[in-house]
Amino acid sequence: MDFDLPREVRLVRRAVREFADATVAPLVEQMEQRDEFPATLARSLGDLGVLGLVTPAEYGGSNLGHLARTVAVEEVSRVSAAVGISLQVHHMATAALGEFGSDAQKAKYLPALCRGDSLGTCAITEPTGGSDLLGMTSTARAVGDGYVLNGRKCFITNCHLSEAVVTVAKTGEGPKGISAFIVEKGTPGFAAGRHEHKLGLRGADTGELVFRDCHVPRENLLGNEGDGMTIALKTIGEGGRPGMAATSLGILQACYDESVRFAKERTLYGRPIAQLQAIQWGVAEIFAELQASRWLCYHASWLKDSGRDCGVESTLAKMYVSEAAVNAAKKAVEIHGACGAMMEYAVQRLFRDAMVCVSAGGTTEIGKLVVARAALA
Amino acid sequence: MNIVVCMKPVPDPRRWGKLKLDPRTMLLRRDEVPAVINPLDRNAIEQAVALRAAGPGTVTVISMAPREAEEQLAEALAMGCDRAYLLSDAAFAGADSLATARCLAAAIRRLGDVDLVCCGSYSLDGSTSQVGPQIAELLDIPDLTHVTALSLQGGTLRARCATEGGETVYECELPALVTFDKEVNVPRTASMTGIMRAVSAGVTCWTAADLGLSPAEVGLGGSPTQMLNIFTPPAARKGEMLEGSPSQMAAALVAKLGLRRHAS
Repeated sequence: MDFDLPREVRLVRRAVREFADATVAPLVEQMEQRDEFPATLARSLGDLGVLGLVTPAEYGGSNLGHLARTVAVEEVSRVSAAVGISLQVHHMATAALGEFGSDAQKAKYLPALCRGDSLGTCAITEPTGGSDLLGMTSTARAVGDGYVLNGRKCFITNCHLSEAVVTVAKTGEGPKGISAFIVEKGTPGFAAGRHEHKLGLRGADTGELVFRDCHVPRENLLGNEGDGMTIALKTIGEGGRPGMAATSLGILQACYDESVRFAKERTLYGRPIAQLQAIQWGVAEIFAELQASRWLCYHASWLKDSGRDCGVESTLAKMYVSEAAVNAAKKAVEIHGACGAMMEYAVQRLFRDAMVCVSAGGTTEIGKLVVARAALA
Repeated sequence: MNIVVCMKPVPDPRRWGKLKLDPRTMLLRRDEVPAVINPLDRNAIEQAVALRAAGPGTVTVISMAPREAEEQLAEALAMGCDRAYLLSDAAFAGADSLATARCLAAAIRRLGDVDLVCCGSYSLDGSTSQVGPQIAELLDIPDLTHVTALSLQGGTLRARCATEGGETVYECELPALVTFDKEVNVPRTASMTGIMRAVSAGVTCWTAADLGLSPAEVGLGGSPTQMLNIFTPPAARKGEMLEGSPSQMAAALVAKLGLRRHAS
């Protein structure tokens, strides 16, 4: 049994860490203040190549795989979970296009997405909920040479940043009555709506997409009519959930880093607080959660890269790691004492970011439903 | 233009707190701290890759090191080098700077048709600054050291070299060897497509036999430097508080420093 990451993934970690420290870290404060995704960052991510991690080389990607993607999202999220979620949602779109797109669709959309001309997104959640796919109310009515879409999507990451979104709408009834589409910015009847302001992950673009009698040509149908449920489940289960798990893992790592640094610097009773057992226990708890979370994430990604079913493991990772990040962030704030409540310390941001990750990509309760089904099978 | 970059893996400076000397061999226990590309060698890689972009040619990165250095060579490939060679042989162990330079020079000779050799000015661990100039001497080519800016026109290099208390601008013909200071550029980060290319390019390993070097020329046997002892100097510094008025303290300090007041 080999617990070493493959060489290429180790190189990915080193490169993305270098990028995150040099390019992302200086933007964090501005993202917190303005709650906007920095205009030049998509292109920088494209130049680094992380936007094409799960896209074949012929379409402009590096195709280094899902474990590499997990490590990249983790490393970015260690510095900014807001950039981490933006990156992982982008990967959901590129993976969906790569797996279900026609050659023409892949050639049209993927190279630009890998370059960072814009960020990709998958718009599935509606005001009626994200996990209740059959409860969606958006419709796509077949007309002549295409479809007319009506409906509203909400809590969509990258929604104002995407030139072309992957979305789903009802073309009929039941599980086979949902279809997936690519809708380009500028299509009449399609608009990005309100910009949401969140508790955490500030700077990640979140908002709504509105379709009003929006005509989408037939060539923008992703997969076949009726494939929407399969595409959505796969995109959320094998892309979104491991992506949110990796985002939370980055937060966990940052909680550990910040706690260790503070515990060694801060003195009380004439010695660093790292020498106090109360602090040591807190650091040990964060470290244990970090290690357990890391292997859950990597195992799920390894399964995906091996071509094996990873839906349950990805959901398990998402469920566990997002909760672990909240616990670790709470502990990290406590280790910081009064400083933990001050805005100039990173741990308050980590706590807010961790809280947002719990519901993104499926709540803990939905995760438990999926995991329980497998555990009791 | 064909460029060779000499690269050395060194212990990650961020983990230097964990570095230990082996009390028996008196060598650094490198296995306990992960290795990284010597920081100034990254500047050398950056300069080489940038120069190659101006025209046809290749950038070859070479390293004399244990097998684990394949990782740093792969990173150099990911940064844009075209080929990587690892000079690795049990016989190389214990090499001083001259035996190391001999290996690297032999490899450069074997590669042939090399216009420019790029090195970091010094390694972060040994810091001798000797290997680069020794390679140049062995290859009988000119060398410019501590270069902080470089341009190339035709076959002529123009380099700004840092000197004590200033700088000197030199011109020299190719082929030549240049060692770089960190001010010369900002090294690029390896890209994901670079990493993909690095994985498929792989690293070629050469032994002493491949380089045509005898045991007497390499490793401990080929090293005129013999290390007798290495130790951490005792931390004997201690503070001393001066007392009195500011002028009295200043006078006491001047006396302690052995300074004499200039006649005014």
